[in-house]
Amino acid sequence: MALLELEGVDAFYGRIQALRQVSIKVEKGEVVALIGSNGAGKTTTLRTISGLMHPASGSVRFDGSDITHTRPSKIVELGICQSPEGRRLFPRMSVLDNLVMGAYTRNDKAGISSDMDRIFQLFPRLQERRTQIAGTLSGGEQQMLAMGRALMAKPKVMMLDEPSLGLAPILIETIFSIVREINSQGTTVLLVEQNAHKALEVANRAYVLETGVVVQSGTGRELLASEEVQKAYLGM
Amino acid sequence: MSRAVFTRFHLRERIRDRDAAVYGILLIAALLFPIIDIYATGGTADVSQATRAGYFVLLAIGLNVVVGFAGLLDLGYAAFFAIGAYTYALLASPQLASSPAHHAVHINFWILIFVSMFAAGAAGAILGFPTLRLRGDYLAIVTLGFGEIVPQLFYNFDQWTGGINAVGIIDQPHLPFWIQGPWSGDGPFQIVSNFNFNGDPLAFYVLIVILIGIAVVLVSNLYRSRLGRAWMAIREDEVAAAAMGINTVTTKLLAFGIGASFSGFAGAFYAADVSLVSPDNFLFIVSITVLVMVVLGGMGNISGVIIGALVLYFLVFYLIPGLPENAKNLANSVGLGSLNSKSGDWPGLAEEIGRLNFIIYGAILVGMMLLRPQGILPSRVREQELKHAAVQEEEAVVELTHAS
Repeated sequence: MALLELEGVDAFYGRIQALRQVSIKVEKGEVVALIGSNGAGKTTTLRTISGLMHPASGSVRFDGSDITHTRPSKIVELGICQSPEGRRLFPRMSVLDNLVMGAYTRNDKAGISSDMDRIFQLFPRLQERRTQIAGTLSGGEQQMLAMGRALMAKPKVMMLDEPSLGLAPILIETIFSIVREINSQGTTVLLVEQNAHKALEVANRAYVLETGVVVQSGTGRELLASEEVQKAYLGM
Repeated sequence: MSRAVFTRFHLRERIRDRDAAVYGILLIAALLFPIIDIYATGGTADVSQATRAGYFVLLAIGLNVVVGFAGLLDLGYAAFFAIGAYTYALLASPQLASSPAHHAVHINFWILIFVSMFAAGAAGAILGFPTLRLRGDYLAIVTLGFGEIVPQLFYNFDQWTGGINAVGIIDQPHLPFWIQGPWSGDGPFQIVSNFNFNGDPLAFYVLIVILIGIAVVLVSNLYRSRLGRAWMAIREDEVAAAAMGINTVTTKLLAFGIGASFSGFAGAFYAADVSLVSPDNFLFIVSITVLVMVVLGGMGNISGVIIGALVLYFLVFYLIPGLPENAKNLANSVGLGSLNSKSGDWPGLAEEIGRLNFIIYGAILVGMMLLRPQGILPSRVREQELKHAAVQEEEAVVELTHAS
């Protein structure tokens, strides 16, 4: 059974339908990418999973239990953590305090501090800047902090929303290699990206969304080779 | 680089030291003030004034939890103050004898102060439950409405509250007998005459200082707790806070309820001290004054908010009302006495300044905000933010010297 599974999800913003019968599976240990253009429903899919909005019909199951109508705070406790779109750091708190906030639902002090060390190993830059106010970090550092903060919740599934947004090419390279690293350490990753090329390189499997509908799915390689995907998203 | 890092740590320490120093000075001033003042003036009028400033300090500390910590703009804070005051007034006065209950209630002050606190906190939670889903400006409007409705209710339920006639002859607190040691009474070693609250401003003063002390300890601990961090996160970014697993509705509700309960606490004390409670004491101007105290003192920083409350109280209730008389005397003493006499359209200096009171008050507020937009003593975060630019500059200089 899949670790995370959406089945026939319909979601609305007011009267506008954002998702139509979306079904997605994420197996344990995978990197799964959702690609698609603006307004395709990628972020809405993540919001439905994290409980920030609830689907009109269909179901979301995680680790064997139904979380379709569970509160966001409860879902974080169950083990899904999101690094939201636009990073959404706490801009006036220090790097350290932002990371501590990530571990809000946890009580194991020893585990938290060992995870903090692990994150500083992944992102040495954050350790250098640990007492700095988050709002004054550079774009790349902010993205690292957003990922580090999500990891502090010790999630089973980490959802990343547009991690490459607004970053220089060299930093995008770094961010994706860290995504791979995080995955190899045992965290399942669900990735939303507009940078389809990078996302498909990293992903085991991927789904292509178009105006709220899953139009194509397959392994990262298959989609990289697919003619429609190349035309629409890879600019070839 | 290392020097820059050191500077940042140093800053944090310095701010903690600053808070300790401020509390120390405030405590010493609070202890010395009545002794010196009674010795100097021979009366206790100023001590009563200071006690009144004390309720505003309590109110500001409570509102700071809502506005400063959780970032929820509450424009009807005086309503909770009213609920606390009326809870005490009705349950500790002859008032209910002339109500449909036909029976006066006199419950002990020490019990009622907690009942009042609970009543105001519950009112906060009841108001908060449907409204805290609103954001920013909308919440401000709803709380503004609540602040207008509550005094109206006390006006209109005049069968119970006496309406415009107010509730009077409210009971005074009695100290438990074990506190009445050798230091109370009429002998030579007695600090307080009989430690009786009846008409003894000093006893009320001592009590409010103790209550403020307790409030400061409670709120500082809250601020450092998990709940305090959750409030801060919600203030910074509500969506991100929810993504971290914070239950935003409960957390905001707690801020509202805890803030309101401080107001109820202050209200009960106020009713006992003044011994007369009327709906007119809880109008919009009270909410706004307390809000200005919080903003002016330094939102989110407890010691700053206390200073803000004291400064603003002094300004609003002492300096500005006394201005016409002082100006008149000053004009007389520098030989401009002619300014004080009426002539044509000129109503005399004192009268003219009396008319300008609100303009002067407004100008002082604008001036203070221009000079210190972050408040008199800003919170650590704000201070760091402002200092950050300086630190970065220093860092650049250090890196340059290393490079060369």
